[in-house]
Amino acid sequence: MQAICAVSTPLSEGALSVIRISGADALTIAEKIFRRADGGKVCDMAGYTCAYGNVVGSEGIIDDAVLTVFRAPRSYTGENTAEISCHGGVYVTKKILRLCCENGARPAQRGEFTKLAFLNGKMSLTQAEAVMDVITAQDELSLRSADRIKQGELFTRTENLRQRLIKLLGALAAWADYPEDDIPELSGEQLCETLTESVETVRRLLKNYDNGMLLKKGIPTAIAGKPNVGKSTLMNLLLGYQRAIVTDIAGTTRDVIEESVQLGSVTLRLSDTAGLRGGADRIESIGIELAKKRIADSALVIAVFDGSQPPDEEDIKLAEQLKASGQRVIFLINKVDISKEDNAHLYSELCRNDARINSGIDARINAGNDARINASIDAIEISAKTGAGRERLVQRIEEMFGAAGDDDSLLFINERQKDCLDRAEKRLTAALDALSGGMTIDAVTIDLTQAAEALSELIGESVTESVIEEVFSNFCVGK
Amino acid sequence: MPLNEFDIAVVGAGHAGCEAALAAARLGMKTALFTISLDAVANMPCNPSIGGTAKGHLVREIDALGGEMGKAADATFLQSRMLNRGKGPAVHSLRVQSDRVKYHLYMKNAVEHTEGLFLKQDEITDILTDKNGRICGVRSKLGSEYSARAVIIAGGTYLKGKIFVGSVSYKSGPDHTLPADYLSDSLEKLGVTLRRFKTGTPCRVHRRSIDLSKLEVQYGDEKITPFSFENDKPLENKVCCYMGYTNEETHKVIKENIGRSAMYSGQIEGVGPRYCPSIEDKIKRFSDKPRHQLFLEPMGLDTEEFYVQGMSTSLPEDVQLAFMRTIKGLENVEIMRNAYAIEYDCCDPTQLLPTLEFKNIPGLYGAGQFNGTSGYEEAAAQGLIAGINAALKLLGRPPLILDRASSYIGTLIDDLVTKGCQDPYRMMTSRSEYRLLLRQDNADLRLTEIGHDVGLISDGRYQRLLKKKALIERETARLKQTNIPPNEKLNELLISRGTEPISTGIKLSQLIKRPQLDYASLAPFDPDRPDLPDEVCEQAELNVKYEGYIAIQLEQVEAMRKLENKKLSADTDYSQIKGLRLEAAEKLNKIKPLNIGQASRISGVNPADINVLLIRLAQTKSEENS
Repeated sequence: MQAICAVSTPLSEGALSVIRISGADALTIAEKIFRRADGGKVCDMAGYTCAYGNVVGSEGIIDDAVLTVFRAPRSYTGENTAEISCHGGVYVTKKILRLCCENGARPAQRGEFTKLAFLNGKMSLTQAEAVMDVITAQDELSLRSADRIKQGELFTRTENLRQRLIKLLGALAAWADYPEDDIPELSGEQLCETLTESVETVRRLLKNYDNGMLLKKGIPTAIAGKPNVGKSTLMNLLLGYQRAIVTDIAGTTRDVIEESVQLGSVTLRLSDTAGLRGGADRIESIGIELAKKRIADSALVIAVFDGSQPPDEEDIKLAEQLKASGQRVIFLINKVDISKEDNAHLYSELCRNDARINSGIDARINAGNDARINASIDAIEISAKTGAGRERLVQRIEEMFGAAGDDDSLLFINERQKDCLDRAEKRLTAALDALSGGMTIDAVTIDLTQAAEALSELIGESVTESVIEEVFSNFCVGK
Repeated sequence: MPLNEFDIAVVGAGHAGCEAALAAARLGMKTALFTISLDAVANMPCNPSIGGTAKGHLVREIDALGGEMGKAADATFLQSRMLNRGKGPAVHSLRVQSDRVKYHLYMKNAVEHTEGLFLKQDEITDILTDKNGRICGVRSKLGSEYSARAVIIAGGTYLKGKIFVGSVSYKSGPDHTLPADYLSDSLEKLGVTLRRFKTGTPCRVHRRSIDLSKLEVQYGDEKITPFSFENDKPLENKVCCYMGYTNEETHKVIKENIGRSAMYSGQIEGVGPRYCPSIEDKIKRFSDKPRHQLFLEPMGLDTEEFYVQGMSTSLPEDVQLAFMRTIKGLENVEIMRNAYAIEYDCCDPTQLLPTLEFKNIPGLYGAGQFNGTSGYEEAAAQGLIAGINAALKLLGRPPLILDRASSYIGTLIDDLVTKGCQDPYRMMTSRSEYRLLLRQDNADLRLTEIGHDVGLISDGRYQRLLKKKALIERETARLKQTNIPPNEKLNELLISRGTEPISTGIKLSQLIKRPQLDYASLAPFDPDRPDLPDEVCEQAELNVKYEGYIAIQLEQVEAMRKLENKKLSADTDYSQIKGLRLEAAEKLNKIKPLNIGQASRISGVNPADINVLLIRLAQTKSEENS
């Protein structure tokens, strides 16, 4: 097979560019274009060694560079690999790449290096996919998840589940194939139990998809409150610049303003909403409706109260509504710089949430979850104007959504994996329905087999070519 | 000069050989069928029974393709049962107890009365080749030569057969016939790789020595389903079978003497069937089981012999008697034929094409136990396919290759030639991934047309099949269209069956889909129901009831056939393909799969290897295009 080559670093100006060549002929090709400063030959270099020298084309020296050699199978792709680290100019990099092609390599397709690594048995399919996730990770949690998948954790979990189903199928097969051998019949309850557990396992894995998506895209967060309690000021404080127009006229914000902001290890997709009040004009009313919808759709609501005023009916209504909604809420008592002690106390009482709150990453996203810990949250006093209390707010958000080291659900699956799990879930649910409906076992095993096959597909145990293409087309060139 | 000239010579007249010879002769080939003993044609040296799980499917498929086994079984059975009735239509399996001698006579007669088929008692010792190395005939022990353009080996357990009972062993074919001691060497010279397998059979006991009152009686079915789709005569059971159990005392006797078992003393080198273990094997492997089932089954109407199913052993005769007598009901048992293990030569079936012709020896075919299987039904199925393909090739017609989605026969042969077998291969429903499509009840719908195309199914039978098919389609459509209004009587039935009553009109098919209901019970509410044969109603009901699952399976079939359509050349040298792992390249070179689908089923070839092949196929294609 012809060697492949690509620029493995971003093609823009920088200190360094890396051009990678992989294939049986990689070192021969490198030999033709790289002249070692010490006069030695590239083909004599051992794996994991590098040499300084010049990249030389037909018109002479193109650049000085460092060449690193990896020898099969101890390389990323499992094949001989040469990496040229040259100066990070776009023109010079492209020129060296062209030189590689002129000397026998061909440009790599998207993700082809990793594809080779997969084909050469260097990594499993899920691991290969995780490499992509490591590259694209934008935050701590996504990186940690990608790393865990790369270590094979998703593989292990899926494989365990698959083995369980295969075991079950084996038991059912024996029972059907040996009617005269008094093989113990699996009771309906036993079957249901295993299936229910399996469905739950699949659903837990699936939930991670949502979690991952939310973390990658940012946690939808709505800032809610009466008009003129300082929502826009808070938005600006968190963003670090004037995004929302702030006046002391109640009802200034009429539209929903949305921005992403990184707070600690967490990305929030912040929406500043119109203040909630009765008796607003028509335009403002539309804004209020939008605000309500946004609040309902959010994974986090930051409720803002004006600490300089005692709580009124609207405040009480908002606090009660939010507490009853089962949504994840942080109550802020704003304007502490000008508020009175008594007010803070009143708001604290008002906002004391006796509901048990969720923890863990499942809970971070989905309120109303079972896995809750018993802790009532206190309102946070803040001054959006001076920035006092910002630290505490960030800390609270991190507590709610931040990384929990050994969190089970920190495995953010991708679209393809989700699709496989969706199918497994559908088939397992169908199997359960069929069982409870009194369907014959021979039909139920079809569902089970399909579920197991979907899991096989996830971990690359039975992959069709389209799956492979799908997986590898999502890689950037050079990886 | 050859003594006689044939198109096809079949070596061995057991269940494989008979089907092979009948098929070849019926397709117009002048066919010889050689057997060591004319009294052992289609003998059942082990269980006098045809069918069972998945095996029953095979028999019905053989019948649909125009084979003989189903008819023979219908004509000579003593008791018939449909197994697995409660477990769903995919695993319903027909099994009959047969009259061993009558079955043999039926099949011998069928062979004798077939035009162009010559049954001959003679031991074949050599396969003959011409100066170009092509198969040209066979030679017998008496030195007689017979010319043939194709030879089918169906040697069963005769090839270098050796019987073991305790420490005693001697050369023998099954049921104490003569062994075939020479043919193996001739095959090896031709390049066939042989190996040793073993199997075993339990003892036969005298009816008068059994206290049947201490055993559970097993009755046959009231309404009997025949094996043959052509059979419309009333059938009736003639005997009962009986069931008993081993106990701790039985196990104790066996354990104390296990060192005297030929299998455990290390005399036997052959590999035994995992799925049909001897009693000493069962006790060793499942030591926590306090008892094992056994069945007492009559061997025929004209004999007092009973077969003791489940108790095959290679222990010495005195131990056999001792442990049998510990069993309730068998305290005074009298053994008429002792149990024994038998070891024999068979081929590695990965040397075969899916036509059952040897890849490297054109004109030579293998079928039955010789190919590494166990069981009469597996043997007959292969015999039929080998016979058909040998004839088709000589007739210059395209071969018959059944894929996995068509039949259990296709599945069996694909498994054999693709995966090979490490121990005697037994068919099981779990071996088919398309179980719900490959039911025993629709074998005729699946295969009659193929049998007709081949030339083994008459036009009349094919026309009847087409008529049946049309009736099924019409009735299925009617069930989906017919609306049933709610009524009190119907709702009473629904409630009594534990399912929701209806308040608005509902399609008949929706009701039949409910697991609690069936076609028959809804008759009173279906005034327009036409008067149809039972088998038509059954198919329409299954079509409706399992509609969703059938759709899923059809999708799977389509996906599979896509891969089967990606052809691989037999000339490919896989060791030259970069990216294939060494093991995979070796396996692929050995099997030479016909397509990607088959390649993906080879053990030792993993998905990554398949991807390398796919990528290579795609490259070749784009090179061809450019």
